[in-house]
Amino acid sequence: MGDPLFLRGLDLGVFIIVVVKVVLAFALLMVSVMLMIWFERKVISDMQNRIGPNRAGPYGILQTLADGIKLFFKEDLMPTQADRVVFKLAPYLALLPALLIFTVVPVGGVVTIAHHTVELQVADPPMGILFLLALSSVAVYGTMLAGWSSGSKYPLLGSVRASAQMISYEAAMGLSIVAVILESHSLSTRTIVDVQASSVLHWNVFRTGIVPFCIFLVAITAELQRPPFDLSEGEQELVGGFHTEYTSLRFALFFLAEFMNTITMSAIIVTLFLGGPDGPGFHFLRWLWPILWFAGKTLVFLYGYVWVRAALPRMRYDQLMDFGWKFLIPLSLGWLLIIAAIQESRLWGVAVLLACVPTYLLLQRSRQVSRRRRELLADEHERARPRPAPRQVLMRSLLEETPGGED
Amino acid sequence: MLPPLFGGFKVTIRQVFEPRVTTQYPKAKQPKPPRLHGRHVLNRYEDGMEKCIGCELCAAVCPADCIYVRGADNPPDEPVSPGERFGFVYEINYLRCIHCDLCVEACPTQAITESKMFEFSFTNRADAIYTKRELVVGDDGKPQEQPWEDWRKEEDRHTSGWMRATSPSGSAEYEGEVQWSGELGYGVRPPEGGQSDKRDDGATGNVSVRVVERDKISRRLGGRAR
Repeated sequence: MGDPLFLRGLDLGVFIIVVVKVVLAFALLMVSVMLMIWFERKVISDMQNRIGPNRAGPYGILQTLADGIKLFFKEDLMPTQADRVVFKLAPYLALLPALLIFTVVPVGGVVTIAHHTVELQVADPPMGILFLLALSSVAVYGTMLAGWSSGSKYPLLGSVRASAQMISYEAAMGLSIVAVILESHSLSTRTIVDVQASSVLHWNVFRTGIVPFCIFLVAITAELQRPPFDLSEGEQELVGGFHTEYTSLRFALFFLAEFMNTITMSAIIVTLFLGGPDGPGFHFLRWLWPILWFAGKTLVFLYGYVWVRAALPRMRYDQLMDFGWKFLIPLSLGWLLIIAAIQESRLWGVAVLLACVPTYLLLQRSRQVSRRRRELLADEHERARPRPAPRQVLMRSLLEETPGGED
Repeated sequence: MLPPLFGGFKVTIRQVFEPRVTTQYPKAKQPKPPRLHGRHVLNRYEDGMEKCIGCELCAAVCPADCIYVRGADNPPDEPVSPGERFGFVYEINYLRCIHCDLCVEACPTQAITESKMFEFSFTNRADAIYTKRELVVGDDGKPQEQPWEDWRKEEDRHTSGWMRATSPSGSAEYEGEVQWSGELGYGVRPPEGGQSDKRDDGATGNVSVRVVERDKISRRLGGRAR
C-alpha cells in the first residue's frame, strides 16, 4: 500500500503527486487553523450570549487574518536575559510537530490519478503511530524551551507546569493508543482506518471498549493544554504562561501551533477511534464522501473542545497531577492488560480481570493511606506554626481593674 | 439530574439560543431617552431673532464654570434679539461642561437648551470651545452640525426648551403649559407632564426607566428583549 521510501522507484508523476499533496495539506491546515480560531471565538461568544467577531469579512471570518497581519507588523521584543538562539528556535519547535503529525492522518480514501494509486494522506509510514508519539513528545520541547529561554520567572513556572503535565499525560495517552494497536495489529494509520471500515461497530471506540477512547480524549485535552487543563497559561497566576515574553510573529507561531494541535489531535482521535473517513457514501463523487465524513467527525470534536472551554473551570495543579498519575494511568494500564489477555484467550481475560480487582482495591487503599498521611503532616505543620499571644490575658487584666468585678 | 460537573454544559448550550442584546454601535444606535443632556444649542424665534438676552444667568449658575457670556445693547436699526440687550459673546467650553442642564433651568427665555447629541470628539482644544457661530441654530431651526459630530438622521429634532425639572415659573399651576414660543417651527414637542392627568407619554415620547430596563431582560426571565 504505502510506499514512503519509494522502493518501487520514483518517476516524475509520483514526485509531482507527492509535492501537490504536501502543498495541499499545508494550505488546508493553514486555512483550517484560520477558520478554527474564528470558529472558536464565534462558538464561545454564542455560549456567552455575545456576538463575537463580526467586523472583518462576512460574519468576521477574516478576523484571524486581520490579527495575523497585525501581529506581523508588531515590534519584535526579546528580554535581555533571554537565551537568544533557543528563544528564536522554540516557536518553530512548537509549530513543527503540529504540522508533521497531520501528515500521517488519512483524510480520505484512495483515488486513482493518471494511473497512480494515491492515498489521500501525505505519508503512510509503516510506523505511523510511533511517529505520532515521537512528535507529540517533541512538542514538549517547544513549550519547555520557550519558558526556559525567556529568562523570566513566570514563563519558567508556566513551562515547568506545562512540560510536567504533558509528560504525565503522555503516558496515559500512549497506553490508550496501545489498546488501539492491539486491536488493529498495525502501526500504520491507513491500516488502522481500513480495519475499522464498513460498520460503526468495527470502530475502535467499541472494539476497545469505550474506556481507552475516554482516556485518550482526556489525555489529549491535557496534552493540548486546553481548558480545563490549561494550567500553563493560568492568567491569574502566571500572566500568559510560557509565551509571556513572546511578541509579534513568534507569538503568532505559538498561537498557530496551539490551534493547529487542536485540529490535528481531533483528526487523530477520529483516525484512531472513529474510523477516520469511514461512513456511508454515494455513487456520484465517490472520492468526496470519505473526506466529508472525516471533516464532519473532526468538526464534532472541535466543537466539543470549545464547549468544554466554555463550560468547565480550570483544574488545580495537584488535582491535575493526581488525576493523571493516580487515576488515568492505572486505569489505562489495567484496561490494556485486560484487552491483551482477551486477545490471547478468553480464560486469560477472565483471569486478568479477576486479578485487576484486588489490585484496584490495593491501589485505593494506598491512595487512602497516602492522603491520611498527607493530612497528618499538614496538621503537624499547622500546630508547629507560631501563634499570636492569646487575648485572654488582656481580658483578665480588664476584669481585675473593674471595681466590684468579683462580686 | 445531571451531576454538577455537567451543569456548565447545559448552561452554555442554553445561551446559544438566547437572544443577543448587543447594539452594533457605530452602525446602529440605541434610541436616546427624552431627557438626555447633549451639547447645547442657542434657539431663535420664528422671525429669526435670537432668544438670548445676554443676562449671564447661565454663566452664573454653571457649576463647571464652562460658559462665558457678555451681553451688549442691541443695535437700534438692526436688533439681534427682541429685548434691550443680546448675547454679544457666547462661549461654552466642552472640556469642562458636565451637561447638568442647570443653564437650561436658569434661562429666562429658553434661549439655551440641550440637544441629544453627545457623540463629538474634537481633536484640538480650540474645537472644544463652541462659540455663537456653532451654537446658534441655523435658519431652518436645526442645530448646526460640526464635522466632528456624529449626527444621524432625525437626531437633530427635539432640541427645544420643553423640558424643565422644576415646574414652569415655580408653580404647579402651569404644568403642561407651553411657556415658550416655538423656534422656527422646528423641534417643538408637547411639554412633559408631571404626575397629573395631563401627562401624555405618547406625544412626548417619554418612556419610564422601568420599561426600558424590562426590555433588556431576556424573555426566559420574564422580560421581552428583542
